[in-house]
Amino acid sequence: MNRFEYSRAETLGAAVGAEGALLAGGTNLLDLMKIGVATPERLVDISRLSLDRIEESAGGLRIGAMVRNADIARDPQVLARYPALAEALLSGASAQLRNAATTGGNVMQATRCSYFQDPLSPCNRRAPGSGCGALGGATRNHAVLGWTEGCIAVHPSDMCVALAAYDAVVEITGPEGLREVPMEEFHPLPDAEGSGAAPLAPGEIITHIRLPDPRALARNARYVKLRERTSFAFAIVSAAAALAIEDGVITEARLALGGVAARPWRCRAAEAALKGQPATAASFARAAELATEGARPSGDNAAKIPLAQRIALRALERAAAGTPERLPALPASVFAGDDNG
Amino acid sequence: MDDLMNMQGQGHVRLGSSAGQALTRRDGILKVTGAATYAADNRPDGLLHAVLATAGIAKGRVTHLDVAAAEAHPGVVKVYTPQTAPRLAVSPDEKIHPFVWRMETLTDDSVRYAGQPIALVLAETLEAATEGARLLAPRYETEAHGVTLDDAEPFETDTTAFGRPAGHSSGDVDAARATAARHVSTTVETSQQYHNAIEPHAITARWEGDRLEIDTPNQAIGLSKQTFAAFLGIDPSQIVLRSPFLGGGFGSKAILYGGQMLAILSARDLGRPVKLVLRRDQMYGPVGHRAPTRQALQIDLDAEGNIAALEHDTVTLTSTFDQFLESASNASHSLYAAPNLRTSHRGRRADVGTPGPMRAPGEAPGSAALEIAMDAAAQAAGMDPLEFRLKNYAESDPSTGMAFSSKGLRECYAEAAKLFGWAERSAAPRSMRQGRLLKGWGMGTAQFPCPMFQAAAHATLRADGSAVIETSAADMGQGAWTALAQIAADGLGIDIDKVEFRSGHSDLPDAGVAGGSGHTATAGTALFNAGADAVRQLAELATNDPASPLFGAGNAGVTARSGRLYRNDDERSEAYEDILARAGLELVRGEGTGAREGEPDRAMFSHGAVFAEVLVDPDLGQVRVSRLIGAFAAGRIVNPRLARSQLLGGMIWGIGMALQEEAVHDTRSGRLTNADLAGYHVPVNADVPMIEALTVHEDDPFVNALGIKGVGEIGVTGTVGAIGNAVWHATGVQPTRFPIHPESLI
Amino acid sequence: MTPTLNLTINGVPQQIALDDPRATLLDVLRERIGLTGTKKGCDRGQCGACTVLIDGRRMNSCLALALSHDGAEITTVEGLADGDQLHPVQAAFIAHDGFQCGYCTPGQIMSAVGLIAEGEAGLDPERVREGMSGNLCRCAAYAGITEAVLDATREIAAGTEKRETA
Repeated sequence: MNRFEYSRAETLGAAVGAEGALLAGGTNLLDLMKIGVATPERLVDISRLSLDRIEESAGGLRIGAMVRNADIARDPQVLARYPALAEALLSGASAQLRNAATTGGNVMQATRCSYFQDPLSPCNRRAPGSGCGALGGATRNHAVLGWTEGCIAVHPSDMCVALAAYDAVVEITGPEGLREVPMEEFHPLPDAEGSGAAPLAPGEIITHIRLPDPRALARNARYVKLRERTSFAFAIVSAAAALAIEDGVITEARLALGGVAARPWRCRAAEAALKGQPATAASFARAAELATEGARPSGDNAAKIPLAQRIALRALERAAAGTPERLPALPASVFAGDDNG
Repeated sequence: MDDLMNMQGQGHVRLGSSAGQALTRRDGILKVTGAATYAADNRPDGLLHAVLATAGIAKGRVTHLDVAAAEAHPGVVKVYTPQTAPRLAVSPDEKIHPFVWRMETLTDDSVRYAGQPIALVLAETLEAATEGARLLAPRYETEAHGVTLDDAEPFETDTTAFGRPAGHSSGDVDAARATAARHVSTTVETSQQYHNAIEPHAITARWEGDRLEIDTPNQAIGLSKQTFAAFLGIDPSQIVLRSPFLGGGFGSKAILYGGQMLAILSARDLGRPVKLVLRRDQMYGPVGHRAPTRQALQIDLDAEGNIAALEHDTVTLTSTFDQFLESASNASHSLYAAPNLRTSHRGRRADVGTPGPMRAPGEAPGSAALEIAMDAAAQAAGMDPLEFRLKNYAESDPSTGMAFSSKGLRECYAEAAKLFGWAERSAAPRSMRQGRLLKGWGMGTAQFPCPMFQAAAHATLRADGSAVIETSAADMGQGAWTALAQIAADGLGIDIDKVEFRSGHSDLPDAGVAGGSGHTATAGTALFNAGADAVRQLAELATNDPASPLFGAGNAGVTARSGRLYRNDDERSEAYEDILARAGLELVRGEGTGAREGEPDRAMFSHGAVFAEVLVDPDLGQVRVSRLIGAFAAGRIVNPRLARSQLLGGMIWGIGMALQEEAVHDTRSGRLTNADLAGYHVPVNADVPMIEALTVHEDDPFVNALGIKGVGEIGVTGTVGAIGNAVWHATGVQPTRFPIHPESLI
Repeated sequence: MTPTLNLTINGVPQQIALDDPRATLLDVLRERIGLTGTKKGCDRGQCGACTVLIDGRRMNSCLALALSHDGAEITTVEGLADGDQLHPVQAAFIAHDGFQCGYCTPGQIMSAVGLIAEGEAGLDPERVREGMSGNLCRCAAYAGITEAVLDATREIAAGTEKRETA
């Protein structure tokens, strides 16, 4: 990696407006630096900012940006009220990485698109204007929603998919003050040129993720993730679902897909179709079909569309069955064991 | 010789002495405390760190390297390019023996594959060397390239890997086909795969005058010393090569590569020790891989379900500058009773690094395709897969007509099938379920040859009754430190706790190659014979000494055990210490060799049967191998604990090959898109919920005097096919390609 | 200016003059201090061979910038045994043959120590497998690793119980 100036921000004030790349858990930034994708001249270490707590907030929770992924996943309030978030986190990466990776870092992690990760390939996201190296290449893992000819990468986070489903809000502090962005919209979709706006302006920092009161969604929420091996793999496709069911009728539904777009993909049409419907297989099947509305393959990945529908269906079915008292041994796995006898 | 790695074996759990006992590893404590020293752990004074720069194009030439930028980086000491790199004593293409690949040592600016070394940067710190390599920012002139099986015309070849004949024909396949009742045609492709030992290739090289010390993980210490010497133009006696522990080899550390030579040359040029460790991404190019294959199998059946003819053709890929052709079709030579048999191989050349031996080379992809074809044939015959294999059980080797030296395969089928519960299998595809998941049961037959190489060993009995055994064996995890000491202890007739083992060092007698599943048999035979030679000398001393209770018994009249010689005709005995003391000797030293004499007149193979259960999500296509059970007949099992681990490891490689492992190229750039362990999936712990390997008793008086076959590679064979057949049974989708992707099952 | 790094490694406070701010904790341990028990397999958090405990939590030392962990307590595989007395996890790995080549073993063992301390897997083999999946073993000693972790979990629980009743 290139040489850099290292400094540590002890206070949020020192971090806001600081010039340089923000280093928190390091699991993504250092990796990108090692492969030459990130070459910051300055590194501002924000890992010791006192943003490391999970607090009650207006019936919901407010998670500090420095809370480690593992600590969110084992937090009793998260497990009780946002179990799909815990399940998503536990299905991601490895225990070691979850112990290091932070909330803010997870949100900010770069795409795993192999063309983005290969400095020799063109990539509008890494080098605006250079073209999309992925288009026409090995695209089995690429986007089927929200992509353009300029970029077909997907966002790799599991956590963000669950957060989007829970209507989480990203709290950002910058030189201009505070602002908030819904998780669902935080990651810009690519424009025709493939670059698009950066999620954070220079000098801005994510301070918290705020989760609204889950109300009746608390006990019918799951995350499901299709992978090429049983653990420690990025999603082919994934889905978070949360349902409020009263007397067998769905009063509220949340559904978000992972692995399909440059952001966690909220399936609004599917959610609308579920509201007021009976919590039955037929309702879920109809909603799952709507989940990929507008999807089209960006290459050799047409199979992702039916897979995304089916993972959405599975997440809805599992959510309807109720979150188990304890998360399964294989979180989010299709082999989680709770619905296969 | 004081830098030799000695294994005293402290701390291993002794459950009995010597061969056949399930001792824990003698190197166990070193490995669990972090004290075992691997090549990259060496830090000689004055060390320079070396980092390779590798090519980002598949074909063409390097037109510019920003050497100035790299050399200006603080800490960088030297950049070697084709213009400045020190030279080998001979051509990089010199073939001093058949297991030499082109030594990529910056001899010119041409690029023959992505990942090829194009420069070497040396610096005071690893960080500086790494950045120096990046700063070289190569520019290229590119030429059209091809990297896949589809990119070139096949060429005919006389030989495949290791000089094996490329084709075989016995009987008359065409005549048999003309009269056969059924014809079953199957094609299977296997992917390009990488060894991915968790220890990257590494070397620490240091010159003391004209004497060279090398620490590098190596599977063939004696041969490699000769190879290094030949390319460097020095006498082998000037080289010390240490390789006490390999962090996995799987074939990739049997072949020397140019980076090792460059580290040595630069250490000499700069007068400082040099350490070169490949980055993980550099493990996907210059250090070998398993080539992809496209295999076509034709099985003709008579009306009763007997195989009338078997034909197996393989097309595979090699580099443009060396030839290693995966001998996959050979898997059909000796397994099933095919009275008419024809196999063939063709090669294609592509702009990739040279492939090489990777755990069960040839056999692994060949077995995978053969076992799928066998299930296809069983279906055509309307028979259960196991019943079909038993019906076509080969009582002699169909390719040579030779009898098997031993073949416990029937017992393997029976034992594994019983433990698995195969009799409960429902024949129809998609007929078994577990909850919403599809459940499938499949099986495959495992087979691997039993080669022997050349080894030599010394065994020295000392005045205190202890012994030193010496041979340059390589322990890459298979357990040589332990199993070979067990064999040697038996040869010496002493307790293993009294055996000190010197190994992993080139000053010792050559133990041959740790490969081909033949190391334990070969080096073990040498050690056993060396021990027996030492005991013979003791016996001569004692039986000719009137003061000994053994006097007059004759060499053949005494037996060695527990550190004593016993008369066979009465109960008298004498301790080794006493014999040596009375003779006034500090020690007796025995010598032994291990090799197979002459051309074998029997077919020699380990065998096994593997049964797999898979669960498949019917909607999403994800597969999990929920149970994997194998039974193996592999001659004498020297250490059941370690043999089981080897077999399980091979079977789990089968999981990887069946479901996960594949190199994905961008065909436009010729680069891999998944040259890391997040993109190239190998099995993780959660992929292995239930696995077991049994061994069945097998006495083999022909394979070698000790009756040892081999267990290192056979576990991969049979397993890939078993999993593929289980997926087929679960889903009704016949596998045509490994790894099986989820989307191919929905 | 050469920054000074303060680390407590296996209970021993150390001051390290850091010659390069880019150094990861892994490269500080291996190349600067000579604690080479911790291994580098991928250098990118994808294999787990470099796992150590940082302030009691298992992490990939290859993705830990050393400077960022100034003041931390580090436990490596060299710090587990009490003299000749192996840590229960180490002993269990030997007994269950939870390794072959031994290269991933320090990382496996540190990961197992971390997993047992987390207390979430308990004696459920499936949770152990999932929890150990961040540590690749190419020799594939997974069956032995899982057995070893379960055994060590029992052993440590029994030891804790004994201490509490004493």
